Amino acid sequence: MIYDVSAVALAVFAAFVGLTLAISFYFGSRAKSSAGYFAAHGQIPWFVNGVAFAGDYLSAASFLGICGMIAFYGYDGFLYSIGYLAGWVVALLVVAEPMKRLGKFTFADALNARFQSRGIKIVAGVSTLVVSVFYLIPQMVGAGVLVQPLLNLPHWAGVVMVGAVVILIVVTAGMVSTTWVQFLKGALLVVFSLVLTVLVLNRGFSVQPGGVDGYLFREIALPNDGVDEPLLAPPVARVPGLPNETVVPAEGGWVGKPFVRTRDDATGRISVWRVREIGDGERLLSEAQSVTSTAGGETLIGGLPRGVGDGQATLHPVGQIVALPGGEDATGPVGPLEFFRTLGQSDVVLWRSEKIAEPDGGVTTVYYSDRVEGSRVLRPGEHPAFSGIRSGSLLDRVNFISLMLALFGGTASLPHILIRYYTVKDEAAARKSTIVGIACIGFFYVLTLYMGLGAMTSGALDPTDSNMAAPLLAKSIDETLFAMISAIAFTTVLGTVSGLILASAGAVTHDLIDSFRAEPLDDERKVLAAKGASVVVGVVAIVLGILFQGINVSYLVGWAFSVAASANLPALVLLLFWPRVTKQGIVAGVLVGMLSSLTWILLSADTFAKVYGLSAEDALAPFSQPGLVTIPLGFLTTAAVSLLTKPPEPLSHAGASEPVASS
Amino acid sequence: MASHNARLGLRLFTVYVVFYAAYVLTSAFAPAAMDVTPLAGVSLAIWSGAGLIVLALVLAGLYGAMAKDSVSEGVDA
Repeated sequence: MIYDVSAVALAVFAAFVGLTLAISFYFGSRAKSSAGYFAAHGQIPWFVNGVAFAGDYLSAASFLGICGMIAFYGYDGFLYSIGYLAGWVVALLVVAEPMKRLGKFTFADALNARFQSRGIKIVAGVSTLVVSVFYLIPQMVGAGVLVQPLLNLPHWAGVVMVGAVVILIVVTAGMVSTTWVQFLKGALLVVFSLVLTVLVLNRGFSVQPGGVDGYLFREIALPNDGVDEPLLAPPVARVPGLPNETVVPAEGGWVGKPFVRTRDDATGRISVWRVREIGDGERLLSEAQSVTSTAGGETLIGGLPRGVGDGQATLHPVGQIVALPGGEDATGPVGPLEFFRTLGQSDVVLWRSEKIAEPDGGVTTVYYSDRVEGSRVLRPGEHPAFSGIRSGSLLDRVNFISLMLALFGGTASLPHILIRYYTVKDEAAARKSTIVGIACIGFFYVLTLYMGLGAMTSGALDPTDSNMAAPLLAKSIDETLFAMISAIAFTTVLGTVSGLILASAGAVTHDLIDSFRAEPLDDERKVLAAKGASVVVGVVAIVLGILFQGINVSYLVGWAFSVAASANLPALVLLLFWPRVTKQGIVAGVLVGMLSSLTWILLSADTFAKVYGLSAEDALAPFSQPGLVTIPLGFLTTAAVSLLTKPPEPLSHAGASEPVASS
Repeated sequence: MASHNARLGLRLFTVYVVFYAAYVLTSAFAPAAMDVTPLAGVSLAIWSGAGLIVLALVLAGLYGAMAKDSVSEGVDA
């Protein structure tokens, strides 16, 4: 789609980003030592740290990804909300206080507290890096998504902007400024999501003939006696009801598909129609939309160049309610429960897509409408990844359980969340800040359902990109609100990326470089090395963010969680609750968990189809989400290797080396 | 006090795991059960999903109220 750039939106956006940078520079000038750079001297108040948890966590994945997935598939996106929040229960009840007690700067510190082993530091450092980079990809993709409707810039420009600004923030500042920036944005994001939800409820539902641009998609019913032979093969020259359009013969990937194309004799515009039997030999042609990437690298919309001028075309926004209960036209304001009740009894139009190979080497993506009962979007199983739970496929059910397990265990193993325990002064503060974090995050996740379903029925969706749903919902309500929400989301991406890069930089300098040197780096050089590492990680993130455009960011985050839960969780939990664990066990467990989950993801059907562009059937992993196999594998490996190696020395009396569950 | 908090945490954690597992297994193996509308015309899927979020908040609150602070506060532990 093509977006207008509004001056108000630009001004609000620039003000937010400017404020963020100002905060960073102000606090950055006060953090010189490595304790200040990595852990804010442990002096952040617990309430601020708690909201900053929400700021760290409610990133692109939650706001853009979950809302987008709900807007396109309904309830299935909410599964991520539930899983992400469940992870916080693990973080609070199992991990928070011991993490604070055992560590100093990094996750590796905590794992290594009992052993002083170089091996543990190295594998934990590497696993921190891997998880952080995986988690960075969706953030960068999200950044690219945000600048498109706001500034009408291409995806890559947004990614580069975020990358550059974040590198600037991290290099000049460190954990103090990152924390305050996250506090501000965590709070703003929750407040503005509430505002957006109230506006969605206040607007209620209304039956709309088309999207917000007023375009009406055409439908043509072909009676049984109209065309005797099948419409698709052999081709007919004309479709009744379209006097000025000629049917384009099906070639290449079009053969055998339920689509027919017609070319307007005057403009040359190609319309794609989805053909469906509607009983008794009668067929319905529904107008779809198409985007073609030609072999020569051009992008065509409906066969024409992208644009709004003569001889150009652009995609129309979509997503609306086509029937309300009782034949009403509009509901007026609805209550929070009435919202679900009404939607459940309505009919909505969702948009699906299918890729078709052109004979000349190009690829056309057809976006077509699908009218469904509202009750279908209020239950799990509409997303293709989850639909198997309704068809009875055992592997799909296992895949679903595997994802929910990874989300459950992943949060408490994310390095950039774990390092936030070092910014507060003691265990009580770690606990209290986690509770504040859970309150903010849980409240926000309830709102995602309203925002996502509101976007689904807003008529403003971009059919090509689910990540854009929440900002476009805001845009359909009010331009200024849209600017605020986009700016908050954008700066939240900035903050989350800063946190991740800091976690990576900490891992590189504190865990890896120190491990390979006889003497640890002195304080000043450590901070310098960390800044250098930040630049490198930032550049890597920019490149990956450009490569992964268009994949739902929440989906990508699911992978990061799988790797984190498989690599870090077994070692962490066994260290805390099993005195017999050895350093060899921890090293082996982290390595096996990390490598097995990574390998599984790279061999999965989703990666084959979405990243490599290969056929999903060729994938080697039996289902896409590795967690159900690789998390237990991590636990087994840690336990088995620990039992096969010499038990650790009897526990000393020092508090730091005592497991919490000493009986 | 660390072990008091750890035991308390594990107990509350177990409560949550039971509900979370019930939710995930019901969704996976009996998705039709999620379609029923037990209350106010809203589906069980919505009630149970939002319920899990509220349960997390309640357990977090309980933990916060019942956990004890370290006696050696202020000393490097």
